[in-house]
Amino acid sequence: MEEIIEILQDLHPDVDFETCDTLIDDKIIDSFDIVTIISEINENFDVVIPAEEIIPENFNSAKALSELVKRLSDE
Amino acid sequence: MQQTNVMEYLEQTVKRVPDKIAYANESEGLTFAEVYAHSRAIGSCLSGMGICNEPVVVFMKKHPKAIAAFYGCIYGGDYYVPLDEEMPKFRMELIFSNLLPKVVICDQSTVAAAEELAALKDGEKVSILLYDDIIKTEINEAALAGIRDRQLDTDPIYIVFTSGSTGVPKGVVACHRSVIDYIENLSEVLEFNENTVFGNQTPLYFDACLKELYPTLKFGATAYIIPKNLFMFPIKLVEFLNRYKINTVCWVVSALTMISSFKTFDKVKPEYLHTVAFGSEVFPIKQFNIWREALPDAKFTNLYGPTETTGMCCYYKVERKFEPGDVIPIGRPFHNTEILLINDKNERAAAGEAGEICVRGTSLTLGYYHAFEKTSEAFVQNPLNDRYPELIYRTGDIGKLNERGELIFVSRKDYQIKHMGHRIELGEIEANVNLLEGISSACCIYDKEKEKIVLFFTGDMEAKELVALLRDKLPRYMLPNKVEKLERMPLTANGKLDRVYLKNYYNGEK
Repeated sequence: MEEIIEILQDLHPDVDFETCDTLIDDKIIDSFDIVTIISEINENFDVVIPAEEIIPENFNSAKALSELVKRLSDE
Repeated sequence: MQQTNVMEYLEQTVKRVPDKIAYANESEGLTFAEVYAHSRAIGSCLSGMGICNEPVVVFMKKHPKAIAAFYGCIYGGDYYVPLDEEMPKFRMELIFSNLLPKVVICDQSTVAAAEELAALKDGEKVSILLYDDIIKTEINEAALAGIRDRQLDTDPIYIVFTSGSTGVPKGVVACHRSVIDYIENLSEVLEFNENTVFGNQTPLYFDACLKELYPTLKFGATAYIIPKNLFMFPIKLVEFLNRYKINTVCWVVSALTMISSFKTFDKVKPEYLHTVAFGSEVFPIKQFNIWREALPDAKFTNLYGPTETTGMCCYYKVERKFEPGDVIPIGRPFHNTEILLINDKNERAAAGEAGEICVRGTSLTLGYYHAFEKTSEAFVQNPLNDRYPELIYRTGDIGKLNERGELIFVSRKDYQIKHMGHRIELGEIEANVNLLEGISSACCIYDKEKEKIVLFFTGDMEAKELVALLRDKLPRYMLPNKVEKLERMPLTANGKLDRVYLKNYYNGEK
C-alpha cells in the first residue's frame, strides 16, 4: 500500500491518497496517470496489469489498486 | 458556383439526409435537420442582437450541441471561440482579455462560470446566452440571407487558442477558405464518404476536431463523441467503437498506444475500424506494429500540421514495413500546399540538408488575434520570393527529406513540445510558475522517453503547494508530471537557465 501511495503521490503531491476513494469518479487521475501507474507497478512489483483489469473500480483508490496488485501477484 | 462558405456543406447534406444522425454522444444525438435548425436559430438570434463579425465564445461541455453552436456563430456572420469547461479560470481570463467578447453561449453546466467571467470585464456588458433558449429564436430568413451575401471566404470562422511562450495563449484565426481547402484535401487522402462513422477523441477547443466536424457535414457522415474517461479503460473503449460501428478514428498517438500497450487486442478488437489517422507525435513502431497486426486491412495515415496552417498540412500513408527504431515520415504536403525547407541562411535547404519547415498556400490561417506583432514574426514574406508579396508560415519545426524524398520531422527550434498530443510551450509553464508569489525561478525540461514534463524551481514554497496552485493556472495537460525544488537554479555563463545541466542532472537522478 505504501509503495502504491508513493507512486500516486509522485503524480499528484497535493492529493490525500490514504482516504480518497473517488480518483476516477472525481477525475483526479487521467489517462496519462493510468498509463504511468501501470508502468510503475510493472517496474516496482513486477506485476503486469492485464487490459481486463484496467477498469474504474480498480483505480478509484490506493486501496483498490493495492488489492489488485496483491491479487495479481498471488496468481 | 465555387464554394465560399463552410455552411454550404451542411445545406447540401440536410437536403439529402435530414434525419440521419450527424453528431452524437453515448446518450444524445442531433440529426442534420436539427443541426441546421439550431444553428440557423442561433444565427438569427445573434443577428437580432446586432452581433456581426464578432468573436462569440462557446463555453459548453463537450456535446453535439456545442458543435451546432459553432455553426450558429457562422450563420450569424461571427466566429466561434470554443472554451472548455475544464480550462482553469485564470487561463479563461487571459483569453477573455484578448478577445473582449460581447457574447458567450453556454449551457446549464457552465452558466455560473460564464457569468463570473463576464463580471470581470470592465466596460461593455457581456451577454450570456443559454443554448436551449436561443435555439427557440424564430429563424430570420432575410437576415441570414443578407449575412451570407456579405460573407467572404476570407472572413474568419473560428479562433482556437494555442500555447504561447510568454505565458499568454495565442488565438489562431482561421477563415472559410482555409478550412474548405483543408477539408477537401483531407477527405480525399483519408477517403471519407457517407458511410464514414467517426469516433472523436480530440477536444472541441482545438483545430484537431475539424477532421470530424466538417467532413461529417460534407458527406452526411456521423461522428460520435467518445466520453473522455473511456480513454483510461482500453477494453471499454474498444467496446464503444464496436457498439457504434465506428470505422474511422483520427486520434492522438497516446490514445492509440493506450489500447495497444495493454494487449487489449487479445481480448477484443475493433471490428469495424478501417481508417486510422494519427498526428503530430511520434508513433513508437512497436506499438504501431501491434495495431497493424490487429487490423491488417486498415489504412494507417500519419498526419502533420500546425494550427496556424489550419488542421494538418502533410500526410503519409503507412504502406511499407517499419522496424523498431525507424521513424514514420511526415510524408508529403496535401494538394494545394507546398512545404519549403529553409536553412539558417534563409535559403532553400540542399538535398538531404535539414531546414525549418515552412508552409505555403491557401491553408494558412489569418494569423493571431489582437497580436499583429506576433503574427508578423511567424507569418512572413517567402524568403525565396523577392518579386511580389507572398506569406509563408514558419513552423519552428526542423525537417528534412529522406532518401525516398519523404519529409521527416527532426526536432524543434525552440522549447515547444508535444505532450500527449498537446502542443505546449515550456516557456508558458515557466511564466505561470514565476507569477506565483514566493517563486524565485523556474525551469522546465521534457523527458521525451518517459513523456514527462519536469519542473525545477527555487523559492519559498514546497513542491506540493506549487502543484496545487498551478492547477488553477494551467490546463491539466500542461501540468508538470514531476516537480522538484532546488536550492539554486543552475545558470549558463550568460546567465540563462542551464537546461542542459538540468537535463543531465535529471537523467542522472532517474
